[in-house]
Amino acid sequence: MADPELVRFALDNGLRVVLAPDPTAPVVGVSVHYDVGFRSEPEGLTGFAHLFEHLMFQGSESLEKLAHFRHVQSSGGTFNGSTHPDYTDYFEVLPSAALERALFLEADRMRAPKLTAENLANQIEVVKEEIRLNVRNRPYGGFPWILLPPVLYSTFANAHDGYGAFEDLEGATLDDCAAFFDTFYSPANAVLTVAGDFAVAEAKELIQKHFGDVPYRPAPVRPSFAEPLPTSELVGEHTDPHAPLPALAVGYRMPDPVNDVDGYLAYLVLAGVLTDGDGSRLQQRLVHVEPLVVDIGAGAGLFGPFEARDPDTFTVTAIHPPDVPRERVLAALDEELEKLASTPPDEQELKKVTARWAASLHSEHDRLVSRTLALGAFELLYGDASLVYRLADRMSAVTGEAVSAAAKALRPDARAILVVNPATTEGTDEQ
Amino acid sequence: MSSPTRAHRSAEEIGRTATGARPLPALGSARLAADLSHVDTTLANGLRVLAVRKSSVPLVELRLWIPFAGTDRLHPATAEVLAETVLTGTARRDRVGLDAELALIGGELGAGVDPERLYFNGSALADGLPTLLDVLGDVLTGATYREAEVERERDRLIERIAVSRTQPRMIAREALQKHRYGDHPVTREVPEADDVAAVVAEQVRALHAASVLPRGSVLVLVGDIDPETVPAELERALGGWASDRSAVQLPALPELTGGDVLLVPRAGAVQSQIRLSAQTVPRTDPRYPALQLANLAYGGYFSSRLVENIREDKGYTYGAHSGFEFTGGQSVVNVDADTANEVTAAALLETRYELARLGLVPPTAEEVESVRQYAIGSLLTSTSSQTGLAGQLMALASTGLGAEWLQQHPERVAAVTGEQVAEAALEFFAPGRFTGVVVGDADLLGPKLTALGGVTVAH
Repeated sequence: MADPELVRFALDNGLRVVLAPDPTAPVVGVSVHYDVGFRSEPEGLTGFAHLFEHLMFQGSESLEKLAHFRHVQSSGGTFNGSTHPDYTDYFEVLPSAALERALFLEADRMRAPKLTAENLANQIEVVKEEIRLNVRNRPYGGFPWILLPPVLYSTFANAHDGYGAFEDLEGATLDDCAAFFDTFYSPANAVLTVAGDFAVAEAKELIQKHFGDVPYRPAPVRPSFAEPLPTSELVGEHTDPHAPLPALAVGYRMPDPVNDVDGYLAYLVLAGVLTDGDGSRLQQRLVHVEPLVVDIGAGAGLFGPFEARDPDTFTVTAIHPPDVPRERVLAALDEELEKLASTPPDEQELKKVTARWAASLHSEHDRLVSRTLALGAFELLYGDASLVYRLADRMSAVTGEAVSAAAKALRPDARAILVVNPATTEGTDEQ
Repeated sequence: MSSPTRAHRSAEEIGRTATGARPLPALGSARLAADLSHVDTTLANGLRVLAVRKSSVPLVELRLWIPFAGTDRLHPATAEVLAETVLTGTARRDRVGLDAELALIGGELGAGVDPERLYFNGSALADGLPTLLDVLGDVLTGATYREAEVERERDRLIERIAVSRTQPRMIAREALQKHRYGDHPVTREVPEADDVAAVVAEQVRALHAASVLPRGSVLVLVGDIDPETVPAELERALGGWASDRSAVQLPALPELTGGDVLLVPRAGAVQSQIRLSAQTVPRTDPRYPALQLANLAYGGYFSSRLVENIREDKGYTYGAHSGFEFTGGQSVVNVDADTANEVTAAALLETRYELARLGLVPPTAEEVESVRQYAIGSLLTSTSSQTGLAGQLMALASTGLGAEWLQQHPERVAAVTGEQVAEAALEFFAPGRFTGVVVGDADLLGPKLTALGGVTVAH
């Protein structure tokens, strides 16, 4: 992938800045990544990082409630925010004429968000609706991102539900909000990214103008979320009242995403070898030849790769008919992993996975939203936004032996299995 | 937090600075998107081709739309199995070989079907385009539908239909389709599991021969390509795909005239789905740009009246939305919101109130300017990627429009007056023009919805 001009610098208040100019379309993307995600939530306040993300849209010193949305949209732009395990991002994509507006909006809420009891109460209700919509009222809601971590992990940070328990959300106070903001939302704990159609010198000036007087506060000391690997096969069960078929998620630990990038990439290639495309090993065997499952997938991260520090999770998920015992699915998975562990995949099999990864990375970076967010996330997590442009090459350099070693490390005695049972199983006589 | 390690400011202190509120910066000077270098032509086999150069990344996007309607009761089941198995092998390639060939060019090719069309979506590294087209041509003329593949996909499909019919959105969609269009073929978006179970390979092959036709179909290519060379390349790759007959268009839909909202019971649901729908006019109608702005002001974006009312002010819903649905030459506007049971009736009341208010207290000059900028700006951003541009062009091309419409649309939107928006609001958003459904726990919802009126309870 071409490595375009990237300009990186920091303001006196500690705000890190990434500029990625590209004049091909008259649009610009602006994002702010704060170095706090749901793994940093205090006990008793599950879901707070996400709830707080909602509050950041509710107004700031210069912006009445709803003004943020109106100003972005009346400039022709779109916006959103999202909460991840280790960071929270906010972004706008707009016609390039609105660049200064977007910077103004982000700076104003970094400097002085309006945190009110009324907005807090309102957003608690909105978040509860979001959870009803995405988790409680749909089949496989929270599968596996909410359900698997408590089986695989033992510490609160890694195991708890990032969407939050309703009683925790309802118990959140305005003072919790103030403490959270002062602790985590300092400029020294954030990365500002601007990508797209702009001139570097002008953008630098505008950034200094709007963010320069956000007062410095120290970035909090980041705790380690490390915990020991499981030493046995851990099993958890969950009953899903809406699910028509049983499902299975298998979770493994994987290499440190930041300090062992190449080791991590080998797991991504392994995931592709296992489940990417009709010719992949598990698709071919479990979906087409035997067939034991309706769907199967493998991948890194609770929502995708490159959005968490250590520890990160490698997952294999499958939905299977009730008459297929899960032991058969697991046995087939273990057999395929053993084959890969003893015989590395050949060049052709690796090329199939890495060519598709190269294409999907190109495609992701063609969408300005994804490009802006990826640059910001890599600057925040890896301290190096330009890694985004080198991923495809580094992935192509992953060897068959490295994939083989990754397969060997996915051991049955160091993993978590989450079993999802439909509420009504045949053969029960209750009710 | 219970025990912060250092003193923190209060919420009130955080929300103000010595400088006080600051003024919103003005917009800079606007730049328009570059002209699209493109070719729009029809091949000898009757296939319309729209090829556009967009070289932002070294990829190419492919979209193929084949009108694919059928009135036979078993058509939806056969069509669904066809879409699931069309890429499982040809005389020249088996399933795994086909996937491997695509993988090596970083390629993907998928097929899907709905009551209106069979579609193929594909992409690849740009230098893999010849391979992508060769695979596509092979599939269109030589898909074999081996018995074993058909039987296996048929069984998987039955499982997936069972999963999808438990999704509240799917339940609401089926209820809406049935309520507004009766037994018109457009309502059969997902086949019945029993029908799918009866499909055999021979029927799928017969449907392919009868209905996978180039005449009346459209192919869109967007990417790092030279549009001028595309027609000749396509004649080579797809020239063997030929027939005298034309692809099968969906019969016209009945016009919606408004009526009671139907309460569709879903026992034990923790959330309800509100779905309303009314007839509008298609993109080619002179009133469309004003209508588009009226819809945005109603519920078409986050700063709309509906979202500000029932989400931001009242917290009734996580998302409320209104948007157009284009089918053939027709267009309707759909309004949807998912709400907690306790507030479903109140949310329906507010939704209707905002419909009426849009006509009676039309969007202000400020609202109109906001939606105008949004319409123009979001078109710029959504077409700034290859995938976004390919999707937009396919949607336009399927109704006979092309790249010119896309390039001229910002001017049309810029020319709309406040009066025209007010007229469109009054004409198309009157509550009485809407029909719809509410899906939810009827025991809980029934009394309040009945009291609200304009709601019939399904039995």
